[in-house]
Amino acid sequence: MDALLSNLDLVLFAALFMVGYFAGRWNERRHYDSIRGRERELAGVLIFTSRFPPPTTTRLDTGMVSGSVVISEDFFKGVLAGLYSFFGGRIRSYESLLDRARREAVLRMKADARTRGARMVVNVKFQTFAIGGRGQGSLKGVEMLVYGTALSPARG
Amino acid sequence: MLLSNLEIVPGRRVAKHLGLVQGSTVRAKHVGKDFFAGLKNIVGGELKAYTELLQESRAEAVERMVKQAEATGANAVLNIRFATSSITQGAAEILAYGTAVTLE
Repeated sequence: MDALLSNLDLVLFAALFMVGYFAGRWNERRHYDSIRGRERELAGVLIFTSRFPPPTTTRLDTGMVSGSVVISEDFFKGVLAGLYSFFGGRIRSYESLLDRARREAVLRMKADARTRGARMVVNVKFQTFAIGGRGQGSLKGVEMLVYGTALSPARG
Repeated sequence: MLLSNLEIVPGRRVAKHLGLVQGSTVRAKHVGKDFFAGLKNIVGGELKAYTELLQESRAEAVERMVKQAEATGANAVLNIRFATSSITQGAAEILAYGTAVTLE
């Protein structure tokens, strides 16, 4: 017991590490499942990075659509990233985090487009913004923003 | 007011360019929200309070841009871009800018 108390910070670290690992993995798996499901559902909305709408004779209505999400790392990912950034190389734990965020943001934009009756979004831009914590070097999360112009058949 | 991040509007002609318009806002996080974000930092996942905060700020930046465009007599803002930058610890600036035009 004395050994446990004297190494309280180490014990706390190990506990957070374990909680981060299991809860983070569970969260990530659940999120990916939800992303895959909605990607199939919204496959009908096409997105393009081209700057101009496709040449067409039908009249189109335009409207800006966007999707954004702020996603947080878990404790395990943070520790792993700290280690990797020391040794260099791919930080896989962050790659999946950003992938999730980007796909989520795209899905929200597609859902926005669909509610406007649009089948197509052009001039799509991505923007990533790291939200720092109050503490030194602590990362609170990453904001992923996706925006573009939705084209829908003209009404009236 | 038509808002678009395209340089043109399909089927319509730009009659008049009225120049750059912009809107921005600087927002800080609520300490309470920050506390919950700290908890979320352990288990991971979406920080919904932050998502909403940034969406609200972006909407406000766009609103200010639109006000500026209205003042110049425009009926559309084209080629809209967004930028976000961190000013100090815990505060961010959201900027929206574009070109105000009159469409025929």
